[in-house]
Amino acid sequence: MDVSQYLEIFIEESKENLQSLNESLLILEKEPNSTETVNVIFRAAHTLKGMSATMGFKRMQKLTHDMENVLSEIRNGKMNVTSKLLDVLFKCLDALEEYINNIVSSSDEGTNDNNDIIIILNSILENKGMDDEVVTQAQTPSSDKVEVVVNTSTDRRKHKNIKPNEYEENAIIKANEQGFNVFGITIYINEGCILKAARAFIIFKRLEELGQVIKASPEVQEIEDEKFDFDFSVLIVTSESAKKCIDELSNVAEVQEVLVDEIVLEKKQGKVEIESDKQVQTLNPSKTTSKSDDKTNSQQAGKAVTNRTVRVDIERLDILMNLVSELIIVKNGLETYEIKNVNQNFNESIEYLERITSSLHDAVMKVRMVPVERVFNRFPRMLRDLSRQLDKKIELHMSGEDTELDRTVIDEIGDPLVHLLRNAADHGLETPEERIKRGKDEIGNVYLDAYQDGNNVVIEVRDDGYGIDCEKIRKKAVEKGTISAEFASNMTETEIIELLFRPSFSMAEKISEVSGRGVGLDVVKTKIEALGGVMEVKTKLGEGSVFTIRLPLTLAIIQGLMVELNTEKYAIPIGSIQTIEEIKVSDIKLVQSKEVIHLRNHVIPLVRLDKVLNCEASVNDKKTFTVVIVSRGDKLAGLVIDSLIGQQEIVIKSLGKYLANLKMIAGATILGDGEVALILDINSLI
Amino acid sequence: MEENQRTAKVEKEQYIVVKFGEEQFGINIQYVHNIVRMQRMTRIPKAPVYIKGVINLRGEIIPVMSLRSKFDLPDDEYTNKTRIIIVKIDPEFPLGLLVDEVREVVQLDEGSIEKRAFDTKDTNGNYLVGIGKSNGELISLLSLTEILNEKENI
Repeated sequence: MDVSQYLEIFIEESKENLQSLNESLLILEKEPNSTETVNVIFRAAHTLKGMSATMGFKRMQKLTHDMENVLSEIRNGKMNVTSKLLDVLFKCLDALEEYINNIVSSSDEGTNDNNDIIIILNSILENKGMDDEVVTQAQTPSSDKVEVVVNTSTDRRKHKNIKPNEYEENAIIKANEQGFNVFGITIYINEGCILKAARAFIIFKRLEELGQVIKASPEVQEIEDEKFDFDFSVLIVTSESAKKCIDELSNVAEVQEVLVDEIVLEKKQGKVEIESDKQVQTLNPSKTTSKSDDKTNSQQAGKAVTNRTVRVDIERLDILMNLVSELIIVKNGLETYEIKNVNQNFNESIEYLERITSSLHDAVMKVRMVPVERVFNRFPRMLRDLSRQLDKKIELHMSGEDTELDRTVIDEIGDPLVHLLRNAADHGLETPEERIKRGKDEIGNVYLDAYQDGNNVVIEVRDDGYGIDCEKIRKKAVEKGTISAEFASNMTETEIIELLFRPSFSMAEKISEVSGRGVGLDVVKTKIEALGGVMEVKTKLGEGSVFTIRLPLTLAIIQGLMVELNTEKYAIPIGSIQTIEEIKVSDIKLVQSKEVIHLRNHVIPLVRLDKVLNCEASVNDKKTFTVVIVSRGDKLAGLVIDSLIGQQEIVIKSLGKYLANLKMIAGATILGDGEVALILDINSLI
Repeated sequence: MEENQRTAKVEKEQYIVVKFGEEQFGINIQYVHNIVRMQRMTRIPKAPVYIKGVINLRGEIIPVMSLRSKFDLPDDEYTNKTRIIIVKIDPEFPLGLLVDEVREVVQLDEGSIEKRAFDTKDTNGNYLVGIGKSNGELISLLSLTEILNEKENI
């Protein structure tokens, strides 16, 4: 079977499953006895196994299989969750991730068998729990045996585990009284089935034709969201016979097996009596409850209510976005035409068009928005590993995971955040001993907060560690000759911190395996700025530091101020403009032979755009200049321009890879008349 | 606007013959996406000298490179015959090549291409893959990858 067409789905889903494994393992670490968590883990691992087997990734399948064996031991309560065991499981996840990364890059899982991990897994199985020095027990459950246990016939009739609530019980009793049949049905779908949810949907359609489904396990919504392995069970009230049900359901493609039992409930007891085709079985109610409850609970814990979603290729969204952009350009064009005999209707139509294009733009933007959770969700695991590695007690507090950002930004923001978090954990936080000495709680806190602020999204990485020692940096900078001693003593705290972002600057004495404050911070900053964002640092000695990242909501369409330099047109992003001033020539002062203006108590350096951009200078006999005051963080600068054109919605287009290294130009946009105007990169001009 | 003529694959390679300076050059047709007339260009400050600017081709922003400038020839003079050849070496990033004139499309089989029959020390030589002979005329065949490669390390 050619499965290449499913590769993307596979990769996407495997990543999701891995993520859920990661999260659940972290929970398990905190609550080792949580059976529902074990179930979630087991299910995710099982799905991974099934999927990798379908796709023919043998090594991945083997690893997940052995992992599943261990998990099933835990699930059956035959093994205790120890931190050692968790370490091994985490290692498995890392190995699986590596497989998936290989698959992403080369459609092949690679050649790493990860035998070491498999051996450890198997030895755990043999030692049952690895309680340090447990003697090998006589009956070692071989992996095959475990499989058998799972597959025994009683276990396969999973509908027996469904525990109807009171209302449903009544419904069943009533149905029984009225002569309807109540069946418990478990449906097994082929493990090779790729679109399980679609199959399930068809099966449910059939079920609804047969009668009324009163309960499903997992819940219908979850089944639709594909949150089940390869089987699910339902209770159904029907007038049809069991045989008919089996026939109808078996007809659905890719259904492997249909198990049906009739259910008869007695009124008086809470006992559920289930009449099988031939034999009568009484199940222990307490056992059933625990199992089925576990299932539903765990799934609710996993993800509460998921919306109906459609997976869309990001490229298609890009196309849609481009079309909207075109529309905006055309609209801008219409606005600029000077049409003679313009009548009222025409203007109204233009305004209407404008309203529609901007709503359309908003709508498409929203589609592209992804919650930052996508990036954040890998951090708890990372911090856990860090805390082990560094031997520090660290707690990560996250908030605002549902804050949304443009997909393109989300994809890029991960690495910088990893960097900042590592920094915070390694250098921000002190060792437990130091913390106690300073009268702080032994456990260090790292906060990761995201929130929306106007047209920006702010992400803060905060720690309650020692903070940045400005004096140390000052000394270091002088030592290394980055700045002169005299200059250093004049520097403000902000300027000192700014030194950390210099490419070559590092606090060498602090370098460690994990990170060195200063090393790579420049990379973080460059990346953030490439995304059109800004970065700020605040610190208080002894109390911790805050790294704030401010990102634009979208990268594709922004409001820009169009200005003219001689005959050339440029766009300045509105977001970075403070004010626009008319400045008299006589107001321009010189400081260190650089032109500045003194405006409302700020000394603002002037940037002669025509010189910086090598424009042919326009004839300059004017008495006043138009100056656009722009800001980056706390810094201001005045851009001298020839004239203003006006504010406009501009569609940002990249200049492509051949012009990627250009400073000062952030991109280009197409004006209403088809002309290309360049967008100034304010960050590099200040 | 002249659309390029994509004919069914033949064993012979097709080249678009262009002229700039005094020489004739051939551009392998497989890379050529479009040929357009000279149009309004926006200058890019601080760009390499041979990038003359960007044009807007149906909503796509395309940098335009002057082959004259790349070959150290005198500056372009824009005439009625000036064309921009849009090539796509990398499908995502089209590039325009400014030429004085587009002449014709020729088919060259392997026998009529002389590989590297020129002095490789010559700076311009590095941009060629060979010399084609067609109807008694010589056509220097451009190596687009070479021309572009260098540019990526601005």
